[in-house]
Amino acid sequence: MNSRTEHAPIIHMDNIEKHFGNVIALAGVSFDVSPGECHCLLGDNGAGKSTFIKTMSGVHKPTKGSIMFEGREMHFDSPRDSMEAGIATVYQDLAMIPLMSVTRNFFMGREPTKGSGPFKRFDTETANAITMEQMKKMGINLRAPDQAVGTLSGGERQTVAIARAVYFGAKVLILDEPTSALGVRQTSNVLATIDRVRKDGIGVVFITHNVRHAMAVGDRFTVLNRGKTLGTAQRGQITPDELQDLMAGGQELAQLEGSLGGTV
Amino acid sequence: MAADSTATTQTDERIKQESLFTRLMKRPELGAIAGVILVTVFFLFTADPAMFSLAGFMNFMSPAAQLGILAIGAALLMVGGEFDLSLGSMVAFAGLFFGACVVTFGIPLLFAIPLTLLFAALVGNLNGQIVLRTGLPSFIVTLAFLFILRGLSLVGLKWATDGSTQLRGVREAVEGDWLAPIFSGEAFPGLFVMLAEAGLIDTFKNGTPKVQGIPVEILWFVVIALIANYVLTRTPYGNWIFASGGDANAASNSGVPVRRVKLSLFMITACCAAMVAIITVLDSGSTDARRGFQKEFEAIIAAVIGGCLLTGGYGSALGAFFGAIIFGMVLIGLTYTDIDQDWYLVFLGGMLLIAVVFNNLIRKRVTGER
Ligand SMILES: Nc1ncnc2c1ncn2[C@@H]1O[C@H](COP(=O)(O)OP(=O)(O)OP(=O)(O)O)[C@@H](O)[C@H]1O
Ligand SMILES: [Mg+2]
Repeated sequence: MNSRTEHAPIIHMDNIEKHFGNVIALAGVSFDVSPGECHCLLGDNGAGKSTFIKTMSGVHKPTKGSIMFEGREMHFDSPRDSMEAGIATVYQDLAMIPLMSVTRNFFMGREPTKGSGPFKRFDTETANAITMEQMKKMGINLRAPDQAVGTLSGGERQTVAIARAVYFGAKVLILDEPTSALGVRQTSNVLATIDRVRKDGIGVVFITHNVRHAMAVGDRFTVLNRGKTLGTAQRGQITPDELQDLMAGGQELAQLEGSLGGTV
Repeated sequence: MAADSTATTQTDERIKQESLFTRLMKRPELGAIAGVILVTVFFLFTADPAMFSLAGFMNFMSPAAQLGILAIGAALLMVGGEFDLSLGSMVAFAGLFFGACVVTFGIPLLFAIPLTLLFAALVGNLNGQIVLRTGLPSFIVTLAFLFILRGLSLVGLKWATDGSTQLRGVREAVEGDWLAPIFSGEAFPGLFVMLAEAGLIDTFKNGTPKVQGIPVEILWFVVIALIANYVLTRTPYGNWIFASGGDANAASNSGVPVRRVKLSLFMITACCAAMVAIITVLDSGSTDARRGFQKEFEAIIAAVIGGCLLTGGYGSALGAFFGAIIFGMVLIGLTYTDIDQDWYLVFLGGMLLIAVVFNNLIRKRVTGER
């Protein structure tokens, strides 16, 4: 039906389990993303969304289950491995270093170099120029690329993380609640960016608590609950209200909504 | 608009033109440079002018260099978010290893020096492995090694010398070794003779220059400082050091090989200690178990004066360079004054306190926290 999902998935996670000691954070989650698709991952707080995408980006090793990347089984030992495979992630905690400049954060782990041999060095000019340009694309005019990230506002910081992932996400882009601190303009900018990179054939995994944002860009929606998938729906097969209910265990929300006068 | 063309490609109405002062304030080594100036001014008023003659300069730069090589290693490690309290003991331990290589086994310097550095790197690696594998603070792990290495040095020296804690005969053993002049004595003697003949530097009555060359440790100190500064500020590896120390988790999630970075830093620091051991053992012709005693603290203090934060992720190799010079100036400078030598210790503590308070302010400024 949807031409995008006809492609073979670029990454396929099969029956992933993750245990932290005696805590079972993921109890068998399957999930895949195809090139050019935005697959939304939804669910309540503590459902296991962040844990799940961290197994995808190499931060956690799954306790059980397999990861197929471009048809081959992959074992990511570190985030560096998954990055080299073309997966870029915006973590919920952003993975930024406050004491370092925006540019140094932007290129952390993937510094452009110039020169060769012992004179191979961090190409600061290029790095600064790219950082400014990418931030501008996201709708934020940085004051200076050598400004410390600690001096940025929460939203600006989030935008740096997004711009960085978009810039490096060659095949898969994972966004863990990327719009939680953003203003209206920057949010629509991020949604537009998701749409743009998707059109370029990149597979996007988008975690959000906002059904409208999910509906705006999502091709498929998977809802997690207490470490398990509640189900996956195609775009057009589900209404925003149904999705909302699914995300938070329908009844309770209906009750809440009643008491709050339908504002949720 | 020429004045406005800073690093920024385009100006933003929301940023005031940064004054030179605020820009300087953001440099981690500023405190140490200010310290050097202050100390210089102090001794210009209180000390015998001989302190600032060429001979006096070499006099205070020599101990500064020996401490500084350690301080630069300590600074890199601190920026990377770790400590090495075994640094001083490592000087004794590496000294013993080097001494044994040269005297007991008669190994030529060409092999003895790389072997000593390799040996130190292995010990540094062990330090690092334990810290990384157990997840314990490096402070406590290396504190254990402070005692272990000191103890091993004593035991090893007695073993190598049949009961003494001093191993002599290094000078005789390296006599004629072509590598010896690179690691001991004074460099460029010819140049200094020429300068003396030209009447540019002070000479003794018989015409030989009072300063016969630059003590090699000073040259090593400068070279190591320049390399460390280049690596830290200009290379991807330097960026990884800052990132690993700033937030190991965030750095690792961003693709920085944090473990490798930290491990390599422990090894580099140990090699700095071995470097000091080699130079001082060759210089004095012997090694003993008290070598490097309490140097770990002085090195860390010099690094802190140089702008390193105790919490990691911020600091400078150049800062540690100047921090060590402050030490040398005060240690030797006091002998040129009527002031009691023991003020040195008071000064040490005071300087540390001021530096920490100052660095804390700077950090708040850089990160914008209030
Ligand atoms: N390192 C860890 N050690 C122990 N438990 C963990 C760890 N990481 C996550 N968990 C647990 O796993 C569960 C899922 O956490 P996770 O962060 O994936 O939730 P989430 O769906 O991203 O929630 P949110 O919407 O609040 O971000 C939680 O109960 C959490 O306490
Ligand atoms: Mg989460």
